[in-house]
Amino acid sequence: MAATPQAARTLFAKIWDEHVVSDLGDGAVLLHVDRHLLHDLGGSRGLLDLKQRGLSVHSPHLTFATPDHAISSAAGRAGTTETGWNLLRALRAETRDAGIRLFDVGERGQGIVHVIGPELGLSLPGTLIVCGDSHTCTHGGLGALAFGIGSSELSHVLATQTLVQRRPKTMRVRFEGATAPGVLPKDLILHLIGVIGAAGGTGYAVEYGGSAIRAMPVEGRLTICNLSIELGAKIGMVAPDDTTFAYLQGKPYAPRGEAWDRAVAAWRELASDADAVFDREVVIDVALVAPQVTWGTSPEHVVPVDGLIPDPAAEPDPTRARAMAAALDYMGLSPGGPIVGTPVDWVFIGSCTNGRLSDLREAADVARGGRVADGVRAWVVPGSEIVKREAEAEGLDRVFVEAGFEWREPGCSMCLAANGEVVPAGQRSVSTSNRNFVGRQGPRARTHLASPAMAAAAALAGAIADVRRDG
Amino acid sequence: MNRFTRLEAVAAPILIENIDTDVIIRIERLVGNGIRGTLAPWCFGALRYRADGSEDPDFILNRPPYREAQIILGGRNFGCGSSREGAVWSLQERGVACVIAPSFGDIFFNNCFQNGILPVVLDEATVAGLAREVEESQGAGKVTVDLEERVVVSPSGKHFPFTVEARRREALLQGLDEIGTTLRQADAITRFQERDRQARPWVYAARDLAGDAA
Ligand code: SF4
Repeated sequence: MAATPQAARTLFAKIWDEHVVSDLGDGAVLLHVDRHLLHDLGGSRGLLDLKQRGLSVHSPHLTFATPDHAISSAAGRAGTTETGWNLLRALRAETRDAGIRLFDVGERGQGIVHVIGPELGLSLPGTLIVCGDSHTCTHGGLGALAFGIGSSELSHVLATQTLVQRRPKTMRVRFEGATAPGVLPKDLILHLIGVIGAAGGTGYAVEYGGSAIRAMPVEGRLTICNLSIELGAKIGMVAPDDTTFAYLQGKPYAPRGEAWDRAVAAWRELASDADAVFDREVVIDVALVAPQVTWGTSPEHVVPVDGLIPDPAAEPDPTRARAMAAALDYMGLSPGGPIVGTPVDWVFIGSCTNGRLSDLREAADVARGGRVADGVRAWVVPGSEIVKREAEAEGLDRVFVEAGFEWREPGCSMCLAANGEVVPAGQRSVSTSNRNFVGRQGPRARTHLASPAMAAAAALAGAIADVRRDG
Repeated sequence: MNRFTRLEAVAAPILIENIDTDVIIRIERLVGNGIRGTLAPWCFGALRYRADGSEDPDFILNRPPYREAQIILGGRNFGCGSSREGAVWSLQERGVACVIAPSFGDIFFNNCFQNGILPVVLDEATVAGLAREVEESQGAGKVTVDLEERVVVSPSGKHFPFTVEARRREALLQGLDEIGTTLRQADAITRFQERDRQARPWVYAARDLAGDAA
């Protein structure tokens, strides 16, 4: 399985091989972790677990923390529950004790872990990044090998700065061509999940390439990689290139001066060799992709916005047909009709998928001069303190507020509803986040995933709308 | 960590594909540091309770004898989605020690081994066959999972061998903790970091570069 030095290697293999501390046999290796990101839900739990075991943090200077999941996005963080505050207090105390840098509430650097890693230059090409959160695959957009871990693994990393892992297979997805107007990176990745399914990437590290990815700014690549886990893949990545380097240069934690030049020279070597072989190849012609919207309770339940709500009766696989019927029932939809025009109650713009500056710009372009429809509540939750300040500096907050959106404090918020920020039972939301699971945005809440532009269009229309017509 | 050797138990078929970890345990049950030991009532909460909070008698884990099930027969991509290990903890607190499914979410699969739950991959037809036998006996027919022999035995005595990585099998059989094992490699980790610091200094110098060294 281990490649010989001469053999053509993939981006994934190059980074993986460079991080092997030792071979444990039987396919398992011990990998070095370059960046460990902690958040408020699991961070203090892990640090307390270590204390209980009588162990100390192995490499605190490679570990960074921020509160995002359990804090309220209301002004002054009002609405944070007692438990949420306790988690934040514990995170403060335990990171201080361990010598770990915490980006605290109100400070530049606070935000959703997967937004702050790239924007601070903590996430770098060629690094191995883990976090107790499955969307850690996001950081792969910079050419990092990044994946989510569970609580036990989190403690293992704190104690040893390593992880025991098995080498996944590799898949390459090439997005080729130019997108039509109104089609965003979110649409490309939702379309892919619709094509290969929510388990299509299980067991694979996915590399995204092709002309559409090469032409895509870093923030779009982060969105694409973010949804890798919804495809079943723990790892998604894009080869670093000049776009990546231009994005990273000058970021607070990125190398500078001579160290920068050395780093860039090393990063240029990371791209997959021309004749590298992948276990699976998929090609998507992006010119054929329309704006997407999900209709069910798995990200694979997705259709083009001008498509029809599918009919389980037409699905030959009985397990799949049952799942489709259950999803339609949960979502309160009938098969066969157009998805466009379905009335919505809530719109959520934010999350580690679409809470970056470029996402807010896309949404603001649609919202500008419009008015949120009567009966719709629409939230904009910036992904980080830095995103919030930059958006305010260019007046995006005013665009949203004037159009009737609520402009809130950075965090995960309604993406997972961990802190009372829920879509009420039975209500329908168009959300720019990444999961439309049963109850994800609150018990019995109904979630439709879409791009930031599509979400803004839905807010104005009061219904699922085609941004190409109604934007 | 719990040991796992051999289990003969009631098995509950939940043959739904893409059961995600949000469905296994809702996030608000996992907010806080004192949650271990509180999760059993909330396992599969999204399927187990009706809108008014009462138990849904149609959901299999609410019906005897499946209430006592220690084995779940699952659908494709079982445990996909969020990395929350609370999904495994809630299953464990409810008494589940083994999940048999055609495929699993990668992170969930890993989390199972960390807690002494055995995830077994068997092909879809085999899982469906096990479910059929169990249902025909109305849950009375027990399924046996033998990790020493690496075999699942159906209520009627059909044998289905399965594979499991040797390291993981050993850890489960003995209840070994991975952190303890890795700490024995402390020198190798130090040597790696020393070498790597020369090759990729920017990885280690981030805090100095940003001017916020401890
Ligand atoms: S924004 Fe949502 S998906 Fe992203 S880290 Fe937060 S809770 Fe997870």
